[in-house]
Amino acid sequence: MIEALVPLLVFLPLIGAVAAFIRERFGHGVALMVLGAGATLTLFHFFTMDHHGWTMNLGGWAAPLGIVWYLDGLSATLMTLTWLLGLAIGMYARTYLAGSTPFWALLLLMMSGMSALFLANDLFNIYVMLEIIGLSAVALVALANKREAVRAAVTYLMVSLGGSILYLAGVAFLYTQYATLDLFLLADRIDGTPLTWVALGLMGVGLLLKSAMFPLHFWLPGAHSNAPAPVSALLSALVVKASFFVVLRLWRDILPAQPDLLAWALGAMGVAAILYGSVQALRTPRLKLLVAYSTVAQLGYLMLLFPLSIQAGYAANAYAGVTFFMVAHGIAKAALFMAAGNLQLHAGHDRLKDLGQAAVALQPTLFAVALAGASIMGLPPSGGFIAKWTLLGVSLGSGQWIWIVVLLGGGLLSVAYIFRVLSLAFQSSTMPRRASGIHPMLQLVPLALGGIAVALGFNPMPIIEAITQAHAAAPQVTP
Amino acid sequence: MTAYLVLAVVMIGLSGTALVLRRHPMIKLLAVNLMGIGIFLWLIAGAHTAQVTDSVPHALVLTGIVVAVSATAFGLALLVKQKELEQAGEGDD
Repeated sequence: MIEALVPLLVFLPLIGAVAAFIRERFGHGVALMVLGAGATLTLFHFFTMDHHGWTMNLGGWAAPLGIVWYLDGLSATLMTLTWLLGLAIGMYARTYLAGSTPFWALLLLMMSGMSALFLANDLFNIYVMLEIIGLSAVALVALANKREAVRAAVTYLMVSLGGSILYLAGVAFLYTQYATLDLFLLADRIDGTPLTWVALGLMGVGLLLKSAMFPLHFWLPGAHSNAPAPVSALLSALVVKASFFVVLRLWRDILPAQPDLLAWALGAMGVAAILYGSVQALRTPRLKLLVAYSTVAQLGYLMLLFPLSIQAGYAANAYAGVTFFMVAHGIAKAALFMAAGNLQLHAGHDRLKDLGQAAVALQPTLFAVALAGASIMGLPPSGGFIAKWTLLGVSLGSGQWIWIVVLLGGGLLSVAYIFRVLSLAFQSSTMPRRASGIHPMLQLVPLALGGIAVALGFNPMPIIEAITQAHAAAPQVTP
Repeated sequence: MTAYLVLAVVMIGLSGTALVLRRHPMIKLLAVNLMGIGIFLWLIAGAHTAQVTDSVPHALVLTGIVVAVSATAFGLALLVKQKELEQAGEGDD
């Protein structure tokens, strides 16, 4: 019954985007209604459905001719995260971006693209959705209408187009060999010819470029730190994970084999990302850049999936840990970017050394940083802790002890840079003249998100079970 | 047919190199377009291998062209906006 409503997640925001574009003044009303409906639907769907995977032939046409949608625990989890965060970001943006703005039409367009990406089960649909997400993301960065922002948007556009075109080249090379785009049909037919590996390599590089995986991260700090706060939250919490989701699908479903060397190389890339991003976050003089570099570092943990999932018997838990990490990081990072936006709004700049006054004036905002920061650091009982605990369990169980060092060391580094923000509270000796200069709603949303990031740790089982169920039902890569 | 496939790979390689190495955003945008055309050529040439012509690649290429045209239009608009902001900014500094 509820499955019949799933297409609404794609079409409702698409119609809403057109409406918000035609009547920009009513954009926020349309967007908040659509976001509220979508968030309710995905939450309800997540808790009522079983997560072994569900297929829908659009218009009644089956593969290979028709378009097939597929939803399992992995995509349903990310879909729910996307809509809940979309609603939170919408509520924040309603106050942050007052007046008539194209933000709402672009936000809805992006929600439509993300929903369709999570549902997609063929390579070409994934390409089209990646382009929709990429183009709306670039336009959202350019919304700031400042020179640095538009410059960052141009770089982001080139990266986004370049990444998609590499992916498309890979798709073309696969199609001429196997004559199908459907992921499940492809999983049956694919074998390890050299051209297949070239194709998968091109797709992988294109997607990792879009996910800002070190050393392909160069565009992220500029784009994420110059965008308006709600857009930064959207990009860091969700957009980079959308392309990583496609990497997960390819790795889990269609790779002809999972070579050890490749898995370890990808894991090593992740370690480099954690080190580099954390060091940059410790050095940067600006708050929004600190949060953006923290994203570069945190994305590194996702790469640990590859070495951890090749060990027989531990793959399901590795997927569960990494997906839980994406959820916890998405919520915490959205809260952090909103908090950074509040401090910037209050002080008029985001230079860390002069933010003391703003930090004392905006106590709820700083508390939101503390809550979200606890999850980023992986302190119990937060969501970040559960994610890292699961990954630690897999490292121990499978004997890959090296990742334990990475997980714990990376946690320590994040403690150091999060405390750069929290210590702002002790920087100013004078009390502020006014209690708070910004709208309470702007403080309430990041506070609530920070609370959810911590509360996730109290009952992680629904998400963990959804992922392990989905993994059991997915096509298995023969070792 | 093989000649077309080789030509497609050469186009993809050349434009990919330009995309990475050249700095000017206009040239990068052109390189993305050329790379797209190379990929479309590969798909169309590959569709002819069998006895019957496969029609799916044709549909893909049509959709791909639509995506490429709109992405290019958006890219050009963004570059124009950047140019305007840079020129307006010169007076302030």
